[in-house]
Amino acid sequence: MNRISGIAASNGIAIAKAFRLENPELTVDKKNVADTQAEIQRFGQAVNESIAELEVIKKRTAEEISDKEAAIFGAHLLVLEDPELIGPITDKINNDNVNAEFALHETSTMFVDMFEAMDNEYMKERAADVRDVTKRVLAHLLGVKIQNPSMITDEVVVIAEDLTPSDTVQLNPKYIKGFITDIGGRTSHSAILARTLEIPAVVGAKSAMGSIDNGTIVIIDGLEGEILLNPDEATLVEYKEKQTAFAGQKAEWAKLKNEATVTKDGVEVELGANIGTPKDLTGVIENGGEAIGLYRTEFLYMGRDEFPTEQEQFDAYSAVLKGMEGKPTVVRTLDIGGDKELSYLKLPKELNPFLGLRAIRLCLEMPDMFRTQLRALLRASVHGNLKIMFPMIATLDEFREAKALLLEEKAKLEAEGVEVSDSIEVGIMVEIPSTAVMADTFAKEVDFFSIGTNDLIQYTMAADRMNESVSYLYQPYNPAILRLVKTVIDASHKEGKWTGMCGEMAGDEIAIPILLGLGLDEFSMSASSILKARSQLSRLSKADMEGHTEHILGLATSQEVEDYVKNL
Amino acid sequence: MVEKTFTITDPAGMHARPASALVGSLSKFQSDITMEFKDKKVNLKSILGVMSLGVPSGSTVQIAADGADEAEAMETIERVLNEQGISNE
Repeated sequence: MNRISGIAASNGIAIAKAFRLENPELTVDKKNVADTQAEIQRFGQAVNESIAELEVIKKRTAEEISDKEAAIFGAHLLVLEDPELIGPITDKINNDNVNAEFALHETSTMFVDMFEAMDNEYMKERAADVRDVTKRVLAHLLGVKIQNPSMITDEVVVIAEDLTPSDTVQLNPKYIKGFITDIGGRTSHSAILARTLEIPAVVGAKSAMGSIDNGTIVIIDGLEGEILLNPDEATLVEYKEKQTAFAGQKAEWAKLKNEATVTKDGVEVELGANIGTPKDLTGVIENGGEAIGLYRTEFLYMGRDEFPTEQEQFDAYSAVLKGMEGKPTVVRTLDIGGDKELSYLKLPKELNPFLGLRAIRLCLEMPDMFRTQLRALLRASVHGNLKIMFPMIATLDEFREAKALLLEEKAKLEAEGVEVSDSIEVGIMVEIPSTAVMADTFAKEVDFFSIGTNDLIQYTMAADRMNESVSYLYQPYNPAILRLVKTVIDASHKEGKWTGMCGEMAGDEIAIPILLGLGLDEFSMSASSILKARSQLSRLSKADMEGHTEHILGLATSQEVEDYVKNL
Repeated sequence: MVEKTFTITDPAGMHARPASALVGSLSKFQSDITMEFKDKKVNLKSILGVMSLGVPSGSTVQIAADGADEAEAMETIERVLNEQGISNE
């Protein structure tokens, strides 16, 4: 039995025969052709064959998967009919007396380079489309057969060097039980699709194509990122049990989708999701999110070459608020600077960007930019349950200044006759130790706190989270952090306010029981963690955890806390 | 030649789906059809050309059709932009 390790990309266990999706080597040589008319005809023939093939794949994908997934082939068909692609290729064959393969390669490379140079993820994907289409036509020119995953009608796990977008949309979960790729990471296109289709996947396996033959029995452990080849009987039994257990757990989580989050002793807490764009709403709803605990608005500002207009921002905020249908939606105002830069906003280089002009500091420095965002938020407020949150607040003065700008814009809008909600809560992120320490004073003026743990840990431990040499200091369970969290929660409750948490820590299995005991009101995490957290919370008793709090806060190290909670 | 200015109102800008619908509806016309955005002019019958402009939401584009069936082409453009909900002018 052989074992290969990779990156766990999509949860679950798959057991099936291997199917190698070969990616034939398509080398392009430059040749001179005498009869250019015949060469152009040969090129036209290859294009027509590709079109016919794509029509079949498109139809099949629409029938077996969905129209939405089939749309990519509609786009491919348009590329094949594009006069700006086909024209230059035939011109090149005609004028330079070169072969079709070379003319195609040269022309499409130009488009690929152009799209890849664009500072926009979406446009970069278009480069993949052009490459995909080129490969198909090239294969026809060279007489090489390309395998299409939609033609698989056996239960298999697919092994590939990498999957192109057109490969991945053809993966029909009825037959494709899982897949392994040699390259890629957790956020690559194929990994994301695997999670959508809920099929187990391991990516970045490096040596899978080199060591797995067609027909080999393969176990994919998408939970651990492990691949087992030719398992013995005992291993097969073990993994079949693991598979059943996973299915059971998933069914249990699915049942919790429309349930409230209630602990064993009947205490309700709120489970929210962190989102970056209106597109993320689907995941929030599918996973039963009760709120949005953090909407990171900086994504609206990124991947473009000018500031988003008030209208664009209004459209995005309204879409999110409407989609949440009155459920609490915490929108964080622009958090740029530090490691997040905007190409069109040239800021002076700083020696310590994480300690520099970022987030609210930058917004107060550039009030016009900030006012635009505040106006868009205020206008959108009538569409749902909006809560506005300022990031990186270090002093009460900053909060007062930001809130004053908000109230000024509100008064202006009302004078213009624009309707604005009167029940917008205004709160702050707690991510700087000074604010955590002064929480009792802040609590008198803010409506809520949301603890941003990634930054709170970084600033409390004085450890740059981008610096791997000090990554051991990223200690969410360190009693120093837990005591700060307690200070913040207690301070808010004393003033009748609430505290949420929107960092990684809020969805962490070890942290959840501690936070419950500390009295955290809202946990906000990535949407895919919500059902797991709801299931865990239903098995925990808040009263019990409160009883452990004093002991936990009295422990000396992060490790001691972790060990203590694990043994509860 | 007929010319018209449109404002792209879809929050995602001129993205693949509406761009495909627009380009796909124009191949049957004889006229030369172009779209101009920020001093860059492309063939509106070319999906790669349209995508390369990367037109964001809120921007205005000038569309021109020149040829025997230019009026009909412009009507189609207006209809498709409306149907796709990316421009409401």
